[in-house]
This record gives sequence, C-alpha cells and structure tokens, in this order.
Amino acid sequence: MIADLTIFLLSLLVGFEVISKVPATLHTPLMSGANAIHGVVIVGVMLLAATVSSVAGYALLAVAAFFAAMNVAGGYVVTDRMLAMFRSRS
Amino acid sequence: MSAFDAVVHLVYLACATCFVIGLHQMNAPATAKRGNRVSAAGMGVAILTTAVVLIHDHSVRAGAAWALIIGGVAGAVAGLIAARRVKMTAMPQLVSLFNAVGGGAAALIALGDRATTTEATVTAVLDVAIGGVTFSGSLIASGKLAGRVPGKPLIVPFGRIITLALAAIATLFAVLFVGFDGPVASLYGIAACALVAGVLFTLPIGGADMPVVISLLNAFTGTAVAMAGFVLESTPLIIAGALVGAAGAILTKLMADAMNRSIGAIIAGGYGTGDAVAVSATSQPVREVTVDDAAIQLAYAGKVVIVPGYGLAAAQAQHEAVALAQALTEQGVRVSYAIHPVAGRMPGHMNVLLAEANAPYDQLKDLEESNPEFSRTDVVLIVGANDVTNPAARRPGNPVSGMPILDVDKARSVIVIKRSLGHGYAGIDNELYTDPRTAMLFSDAKAGLAALLAGLHAYAP
Repeated sequence: MIADLTIFLLSLLVGFEVISKVPATLHTPLMSGANAIHGVVIVGVMLLAATVSSVAGYALLAVAAFFAAMNVAGGYVVTDRMLAMFRSRS
Repeated sequence: MSAFDAVVHLVYLACATCFVIGLHQMNAPATAKRGNRVSAAGMGVAILTTAVVLIHDHSVRAGAAWALIIGGVAGAVAGLIAARRVKMTAMPQLVSLFNAVGGGAAALIALGDRATTTEATVTAVLDVAIGGVTFSGSLIASGKLAGRVPGKPLIVPFGRIITLALAAIATLFAVLFVGFDGPVASLYGIAACALVAGVLFTLPIGGADMPVVISLLNAFTGTAVAMAGFVLESTPLIIAGALVGAAGAILTKLMADAMNRSIGAIIAGGYGTGDAVAVSATSQPVREVTVDDAAIQLAYAGKVVIVPGYGLAAAQAQHEAVALAQALTEQGVRVSYAIHPVAGRMPGHMNVLLAEANAPYDQLKDLEESNPEFSRTDVVLIVGANDVTNPAARRPGNPVSGMPILDVDKARSVIVIKRSLGHGYAGIDNELYTDPRTAMLFSDAKAGLAALLAGLHAYAP
C-alpha cells in the first residue's frame, strides 16, 4: 500500500513535469492521447477476469471490457489521426 | 517472487516508461505522432503481457474468458469506427465519450473485484465514487457538446442540496463498507449516488466553461484508474492513472486561468449560455468597412495576424480562413494565427481545426508568442472572437478584468468580422469595436472570409 502510494505520487510529479512542457498547439491531441493512456484500465479488466465466477460477474466483466477496449482503441487511433494533420510549412 | 512474476513486472515497467516517453514527445508537433505510437506500443505490450499472465495462471473460467473477448472485441470495433469517422469539429464530444467509458470501466473494476475478493478498502470506495461521477458527468458533457443535451446551463431545482445529500449518503455507505466491512450492496449504493451526482454536476455548466469541465473530468478519470490500480495492486494502472490525472489537472488550471474563472465558480455553473444578447448599448459609433477596402488593406499589409475564435469554429469557417491566409502568403504577406487558449470547445481545439484545414503549425501562435508581435502587425483580422480581445480586461471593475487577452489593439489596424455588435459570454461591450483603429465587417464568418478571398483575387497587385 505504501509502495503503491509512493509510485502514485512520483508518477503524478513526473506527469506534471512532462506535460507542462507540451505547447498549447498540441493540447487537444495531448488530452486525447492521455485519454488513450488511461485505457490501460483494460489491463485491470483483464486481471478482474481471473476473479469472477458468477453470471452477474460475467455480465459486469463484458460491459467493463467493452468500455475499456473502446477507450483504448478509439483513443489511440483518433489521436494518431489528429497528429497526422500537423504539418510544417515545407 | 518467481522468475515469471519478476519478468512480468519488468515488462510492465517498460510499458509505463513508454507512456512517459510518449507524453514527453508530445512537446513538439514534429515528434508528437511518434510519441503517441510509442505510447500505443507500450499499451499493446501491456495487454499482451496480461493475456500471457492469465493463460499462465490458468485462472480464468471459460465464461469470463468469453465475456472478456466478446466485450473487448465489440468495444474495440465501436471505438475504431468512432475514431475513424469523427469530424474534427466533433472531437470534444468524442474525447468526452472515451473519457466516460474509461471512468465507467474503472468503477466497474472495484465493483467486480469486491464481489469476489474480501478486502474493503478506501481506494475501492474512491474508485467507484470518482469513476461513477466521471462516467455520467462525461456522458452529459459529451451530449451537451454534441447538442443532444441543451448546451445552456440547466438549473436543477435544489440541485446543490440534492448533491450534498448524495455526498452524505455516499459517505455513510463508505463508512459502513470500509469501517464495518459492509456488504457489496453499500458499494453499489455509492455507485448510484455518484452517477446521479455526475449528472447534477454537469447539467448546470454552460457552453463557455466546457473546456474547463472536460479537462477536469479527464483528471477525474485518471484518478479513478489509479484507484482501480490500488484495488488490483497493479502498478501500470497506478502510473498511467497518475500521469493522466496530472495532464487533466494542468489543462484544467490553464483553461480556468485563460477564462479568468475560478474552478469553484465554474462548478457552481450558470455561465456562458451561448445566447449572446443581439442588441448593444454602445453609444459610441463604430466604423464599418466594405469587403473591397478590407481586401485591399490585407493585400498591401506586410504582416497580418488572424485571430480565430469560437464563432469561426461554429461557422465551420476554418477552411476559408486558411485559404485566405494562403492567398495572402502567396502575395508575400507574412501571416500567422493568434490562438487564445479558450478559442475552441476543448483545450487546443482551434489548432486542430486549423491544422486539418492545412494551416502549417509554425503559423499557429499561442497567447504568449502572439502578444509581443501585435505592435509589429499591420492588420489584425478577428473572426468570431470577442471577449478575449476586449481591452477592458486590463482595467479593474468589470466581468473580464484580469482575463488574459490578445493585445490586438496594439496593431496598426484591426478588422473584425462579426454578424452584429452582440456581446460575448461576458455580456459586456467590447471597447475594441469603438477604437478608431478598428473597422467592422458585418458578416457571417464563413461568408465574410470567402468574400475577402474573392476581393483579394480581384484587387490584388
């Protein structure tokens, strides 16, 4: 628990440090890309699959998997599409 | 820890590193696309590794495996279709939707985990509460942005009291659950309270505050995912959730500062109805300019700065704006765009719209880059922006006081394309319009820009 809290806090600080350098031009792709990163929740949903054993549990799992997969797949693809539009003058 | 577990942990660590490197490479347009792919690669490896763990442990029942596969494939297909089809103008609602489902999935993890294992923790409560608020709140925000839910602030009768009551009930459930190892039902009670609270939280917020709200909800989802990581003791979730939480927090602060509004006031709601008052009480006369005169002025300028605002996005006039800029560039005019942080409906939205219309990113300048340039600018062309150009912001005692503005009044001349002298969200007269250097071109953004382009072709040297 303490180790997890340490990881959380340090990651938060790394996040502040890295993200404060992103220029305003890229704030929409940043938000969408960050959105895709929280799609890592799919890993959590997969780990959850190891513990469920009832029909209600399976239903909940399927919904969670649907949500998480939509988040991660859509998030990365739409960010990629946006970033492809940023071109320099040349 | 077995050798297998150690390898799994190291691979997860590498994935988390990919997320950080990916975000780091977002610091410049030239490397951002690669950054996103590095992050996606990390995600792919994390998912594969988890699949290997599940197979290695033989712990997943057939029913759960099918639920996972069917739900996952359907979700991925839905996400991919939405991501490929979405128009750039509709980006804010899609990002909100993805945010909602991410928060929903995080909340479901704690509910599902609690149904089977034994530990009742504070983090499970926080996961369900934050995830629930984000899920329903982001769905409403997405609906507002898409126009399916009215964009104007909807005041729910006794909304504040209901929210407080919900918070009290949820806290009661939380104490029961954590303190007395209560039944799973109490966790579902918290989820229900959170879902209603999310709706009540988002409904009263007006259109002008949307960039702040979706940034805030993004931070919430990050936090919910990190909490899900605590529940499952899964490091990649904690790291990724914290990174997203930080991103959302930074954007929330930037947007609130750019609008001169405190986060508390935004959550209180009721600002930015989107129905600007059409009649103005301006007593001083404004100067009008014809399309031809404006076109000639632009053609003979050395440096032109275009200031696009939400009105330009609403009129879908970004292509006309970029076409005009290209034509001017061909005439040897130096052109750039001065983009205020809240020009769109989410942070950086205007930049994406202009980039889609083929504006080179080195012409897109933010507030800090633009302001020193205005004194060296011949013509500023304002399209669909209002409050962010009001010089009254420099004086105390009015609704825009202290708001960071674009110093367009420092330029040699200003042309404003606008339908009428109507007010912006702040509901006050824009002193810029009565400035002797300012000329008004009364027109719809799209039609006005197209007419200017035609005029430029007709009269250009």
